[in-house]
Amino acid sequence: MKRPLVAALAATLIAGCATVPAARDTPPEGQQATDAAKSSFIDDPYPSTYAAPSAQPVLIAGATVLTGTGERLDGADVLMRDGRIEAVGVGLDAADAVRVDGKGKWVTPGIIDVHSHLGVYPSPGARAHSDGNEATAPVTANVWAEHSVWPQDPGFDAARAGGITTLQVLPGSANLVGGRGVTLRNVPATSYQAMKFPGAPWGLKMACGENPKRVYGQKGGPSTRMGNVAGYRAAFIDAADYIRRQEKAAKKGGDDKDPVKRDLKLDTLAGAIQGDIRVHIHCYRADEMTTMLDLAKEFGFKVAAFHHGVEAYKIADRLAKEGVCGALWADWWGFKMEAFDGIQENIALVDRPAGSCAIVHSDSEEGIQRLNQEAAKVMSHAHKAGMDIPPERAIRWLTANPAKALGLLDRTGTLEAGKLADVVLWNRDPFSVYAQAEQVWIDGARVYDRHDAARQHVSDFMLGQSAGGAR
Amino acid sequence: MNRLSAQRLHVLALAVCATALAVAIAVAPGSAAAQDLLVRNATVHTVGSAGTLRDSDVLVRNGRIAAVGTGLAAPAGVVVVDAGGRSLTPALFGGITGIGIEEVPGESATVDATLALGAGAQPVMTVRPEFDVTLAYNPDTVLLPVARIEGIGFTLLHAGNARGGSIIGGQGGTVRLDGDIDPVGPRVLFVELGAAGAGLSGESRAAQWMLLDQLVDEARGHIAPESRNALMTPAGRAALARYLDGKGLVMVQIERAADIVQLLRWSKRQGVRVAIAGGAEAWKLAPQLAAAQVPVFVDPLANLPADFDRIGATMENAARLQAAGVAVGFSQAGDASHNARKVRQLAGNAVANGMPWDAALAGLTRVPAQALGLGGQFGTIAPGMRADLVLWSGDPLELSSLPDQVWLDGRAQPMRSRQTELRDRYLK
Repeated sequence: MKRPLVAALAATLIAGCATVPAARDTPPEGQQATDAAKSSFIDDPYPSTYAAPSAQPVLIAGATVLTGTGERLDGADVLMRDGRIEAVGVGLDAADAVRVDGKGKWVTPGIIDVHSHLGVYPSPGARAHSDGNEATAPVTANVWAEHSVWPQDPGFDAARAGGITTLQVLPGSANLVGGRGVTLRNVPATSYQAMKFPGAPWGLKMACGENPKRVYGQKGGPSTRMGNVAGYRAAFIDAADYIRRQEKAAKKGGDDKDPVKRDLKLDTLAGAIQGDIRVHIHCYRADEMTTMLDLAKEFGFKVAAFHHGVEAYKIADRLAKEGVCGALWADWWGFKMEAFDGIQENIALVDRPAGSCAIVHSDSEEGIQRLNQEAAKVMSHAHKAGMDIPPERAIRWLTANPAKALGLLDRTGTLEAGKLADVVLWNRDPFSVYAQAEQVWIDGARVYDRHDAARQHVSDFMLGQSAGGAR
Repeated sequence: MNRLSAQRLHVLALAVCATALAVAIAVAPGSAAAQDLLVRNATVHTVGSAGTLRDSDVLVRNGRIAAVGTGLAAPAGVVVVDAGGRSLTPALFGGITGIGIEEVPGESATVDATLALGAGAQPVMTVRPEFDVTLAYNPDTVLLPVARIEGIGFTLLHAGNARGGSIIGGQGGTVRLDGDIDPVGPRVLFVELGAAGAGLSGESRAAQWMLLDQLVDEARGHIAPESRNALMTPAGRAALARYLDGKGLVMVQIERAADIVQLLRWSKRQGVRVAIAGGAEAWKLAPQLAAAQVPVFVDPLANLPADFDRIGATMENAARLQAAGVAVGFSQAGDASHNARKVRQLAGNAVANGMPWDAALAGLTRVPAQALGLGGQFGTIAPGMRADLVLWSGDPLELSSLPDQVWLDGRAQPMRSRQTELRDRYLK
């Protein structure tokens, strides 16, 4: 890993196009020079070592299936083979498959949380474990959340028992630009690389509003919202210049090349501008979200999702029109001024326009264990307000839509033939407070079983502790 | 609730309002606060000895429950609500909160929850058990209707702990969410122990028992007021004395099993009646807590080893305690004030993890009312009790259910809040 920077860049320029795009969702487009520059921004010296375990085919038979595509199938079967969904339908047969009786039970795609701090703010919340905010400068696009992830966080196991198969671990919101987030498979592992979702794009965490100006107000700024915006702009101006210099160097070609010194901070911002790193913005107020949409236009990047967005309901049409997801809580509100206008119908109202992308997110080691219940609260309040949202629509908030925000919808998030076999079997309608995940599969491997202690992984941290019972 | 019943309720609500107005005009000033009401054909969860009564009626006169039974006649002028089989419960306990004490936690000028008189001073600890947080209570808070329309009828205001204060946070009290500025029932003294209180006890939890013994000695007059070891004002000594010898309830925030063992010993030695808030590892001492008749207010969602006091946290805490005979109430670790309505979800999850449904509803109603010395006023549906009632669209613990109507002292509460106003502005 300690290659000289210049050599690393040269190696990337040569090898990048051939190797990196093959593993990525969004292969580079456009002219060669751009390709070369782009691939260096998202080169990964800490690659995924995750390998889906081989598993027997599984046939879940006779269940109520919410496909994540908006469909509900009653008395239906789900067949998984070789880590993929092979088929979803009625009357499927597979003699070689392990048969799971789904009668009276419900099946959904694996649950996805786009906003977690598991591993970077783990349990126990010891001071030594506080690894989620590099609160030393307002722009730390150079830090990667994955380098803080402690895979032994018992919260991963608890989340798996709640059906979480994929999660994005983000830096905190102290900074204007907090750094790169990483998308993980929720499998027991001793390294984060062994959890890293192969080929998943990174996220870029940014933050609006109160947090950055509070953290830096007495530390050189920003101390105001206008200071926040000036800070984003300055950072992206540097990134745009960096791209220009990279392209110029690449164009020279041959021995005339004068490689630009690599800058980790600008790599990440440039990756965001070029669309390879997906931008996730912590932003509460409607007015600030619209400012950020203008900022995105100014510098030519796309916002994948606004996170928290307690006022997203005020700009639901705009979000849908621009194809920006709203990753939201069901009912958090009021804990600070920018959260004062939260309402329990927020997600339902963001979901309402055509082309919308409403997401239930957690930002919480407790909430991630029951995103299904968070959605259920939204459904009941929506119903009271005259918006009837059936389970087959609501399930998209915690499966297909987060997969879309993460750039993974072609791989997971729905139960469709060919997709990764990320599946949850629930003991009843998952939108009941009494519902529990009974079995969870990731890539077709049974990673959790409520009735089999051998399928309930316990973190190294919990071994030998006087815990004495189920979590 | 289907669309039809929603319409019916709307009509009913209008009828209730119209009648309330008529009653207010008809009766003498001063008695208009009370309300007469007959709820018919309800599934009445009395949470008392009568259990759950199907197809039953509840008659309210002058704000009190007058009768519970079947086929009750409606006296002239009484508002009649047909429940159509829906569930009727006592109004719920919202947990231990800062409703009316903290408007926006991020804005210190709106928060009155903790006393920090000694902050920055030497000695850093200021012990003021006479501090009464209920004097800061603002019934006009926007948090109140937000909680009330979700079926919350009462809450225990929390006196918190902060550096510059002490492990004794001061006194809280129960408020009913009816807009009255005054608390009901006895005050409750709050004490924070374990890791969370270590910063207030010289960085060792061992010192917490030393300090508590010293303070009790002082309150009992064993340490002269002029002694250099005296820590309290005359008012503080008098306040603390009111919680000794079983006279008042001390709510102890404590998590670790070993600390709870010490608490049980201390409370017996000093004759202090305690309840536990938190109690992540309380299940390990369930028989002892039952024997000592210590109520425990748990958060059933707190299942992670959040710190080294909560290594044994489990979602089965409530079920195990209840099975051993402990009085189990609910209170939450999260944003308890703004999201007080979440207590219902806590109770539902306790049921999903082994607690009987009836016991979980009791943990939201009768158990907290009794623990707070208010069991004779509310928390159950029985003749003579205050008519604090909630009519639910479905299973009261289920997420798909919401209150169709809330009554406090028999008065129909407006089913509006700042949040419904915001919703309706943008729903159009």
